[in-house]
Amino acid sequence: MARLKVENLSFSFGYETILDDISFEVNEGEVVSIVGPSGGGKTTLLRLCAGLLDRQEGKIENSFETQSIAFQDPRLLPWKNTLDNISFGLKALGVPTKERDARAREIALQFDLEESDLTKFPKELSGGMSQRVSFARALVTKPKLLFLDEPFSALDIGLKRELQDHVMRLIDKKEITIFFITHDIMEAIRLSDKILLLAPDPGHIVKIFEFDKPQAERNDEYVYAETAKILSDREIIETFELELK
Amino acid sequence: MKSLLKILRDFPAYLWSGWGALASIFLFIAAWEIGNQVYGDLILPSPLETFQTLGALFGDSEFIENLMITLKRAMVGFGVSLVLGTALGLLAGFFVTASIVSRPIVTILMGMPPIAWIVLAMIWFGMGDATVEFTVIVASLPIVFVGALQGTRTLEDKFEEMADIFKVPKMMKFFDIYLPHIFSYVFPAWVAALGMAWKIVVMAELLATSDGLGAALAMARSQLDTATALAIVVAMVGLLMVAEYIFLEPIKREVEKWRD
Ligand SMILES: Nc1ncnc2c1ncn2[C@@H]1O[C@H](COP(=O)(O)OP(=O)(O)OP(=O)(O)O)[C@@H](O)[C@H]1O
Ligand SMILES: [Mg+2]
Repeated sequence: MARLKVENLSFSFGYETILDDISFEVNEGEVVSIVGPSGGGKTTLLRLCAGLLDRQEGKIENSFETQSIAFQDPRLLPWKNTLDNISFGLKALGVPTKERDARAREIALQFDLEESDLTKFPKELSGGMSQRVSFARALVTKPKLLFLDEPFSALDIGLKRELQDHVMRLIDKKEITIFFITHDIMEAIRLSDKILLLAPDPGHIVKIFEFDKPQAERNDEYVYAETAKILSDREIIETFELELK
Repeated sequence: MKSLLKILRDFPAYLWSGWGALASIFLFIAAWEIGNQVYGDLILPSPLETFQTLGALFGDSEFIENLMITLKRAMVGFGVSLVLGTALGLLAGFFVTASIVSRPIVTILMGMPPIAWIVLAMIWFGMGDATVEFTVIVASLPIVFVGALQGTRTLEDKFEEMADIFKVPKMMKFFDIYLPHIFSYVFPAWVAALGMAWKIVVMAELLATSDGLGAALAMARSQLDTATALAIVVAMVGLLMVAEYIFLEPIKREVEKWRD
């Protein structure tokens, strides 16, 4: 079974320690999310796991065959239209033009983009549209391991729900493993098997929350109840500096 | 190929948008006519006379020969600048040290007045093709060089990272990530360099050769033939405008359509 295993990982940019002694595991078919304050080192941790930054101390074992990322900023190529941006990863894999256009179009329409949006350049897209294009680009290659860095932050609640449901179907079919950064606790509870709480200065994992109920069976009551529980957790309150009234 | 078709398809709409430009040209000619009536034919021949002289010039084989000589010199100089400037600029852009070293040299080249180059070139190469071509190259090459350098220096790491995640092969990385970005810097530099080449070639000819449009201009001046001098100027400006607005501008629009 493929897995991503991080052991005693520490990382600094120059003299500033960003991550300190991080250990966790993501097993095949799991969804693991990280929550934590802004600037805490979440994106840095994700880049390390994806092999985009050189590891300094500790161990990272990543045995997934294929992986992709939806970055925090959409990173669409400004000179390519929507369709070509989505199919970019497929082109890199050598998929023939016709097939990759068809697959890109299919997923774009699934994500509520219009036919007319497909020929637009990134400058003509709204923030939420760009985010959906970026998410589609990451998903369309059918990666075994998917890294998501706040992929739904610019979407309205309806669209957010729709894309979460899409992810949920993939999880249900055990087609994908996800490592997921989010600022939305409810989203994390809906989708994750494990939530890592990353406290800053330097980034370290304070607590791991585990959820056993299968994602498909998590209804709104469950999500609300768990959210309330987590929001009253002492570590969460301290990490996010929530003042309770 | 696809973009070439697109350029051709957009061409009529582009021409239509040229009415404004045409109107302003006519306004300019009207002002010229007034100038003629105020100052007289010797100082400023009328537009009609000038265009008639121009028509006669195009029937004159000696003028056509001069025109071809000038075109050839400009194209040789511009071609060398284009190829060498782009290649060197890319090279310097990809190596940090090279870009640091080349900066002051480029500043010197750009700051040096072309007339000084002409004088030096006349000493080094005598009167003839080499002097003109050399001057054109030193004046326009730095422009291309800087364009290519900037295009390469401003390549964004975030796209590089994105490409790495998708395991993009080297060739595709070059054509899909580097080239579009660099080209959007290099192409305007090519256009600017072409304009520069055209100006410098005439100036150098006027001082350093006995043939070409510049020499013809010098001849017209010495004979106080203002109409011919003006007609030559009109021919030079007209040719540059044709090159810019008929060929270069549509390409530029297509290439930069994705820009904000
Ligand atoms: N390339 C870099 N060079 C130097 N410092 C960096 C770099 N990238 C990030 N940092 C620093 O690392 C720290 C963590 O940044 P990171 O992007 O990982 O935070 P984050 O948890 O993802 O925040 P957010 O939730 O706001 O996205 C910050 O203090 C940031 O200034
Ligand atoms: Mg981040």
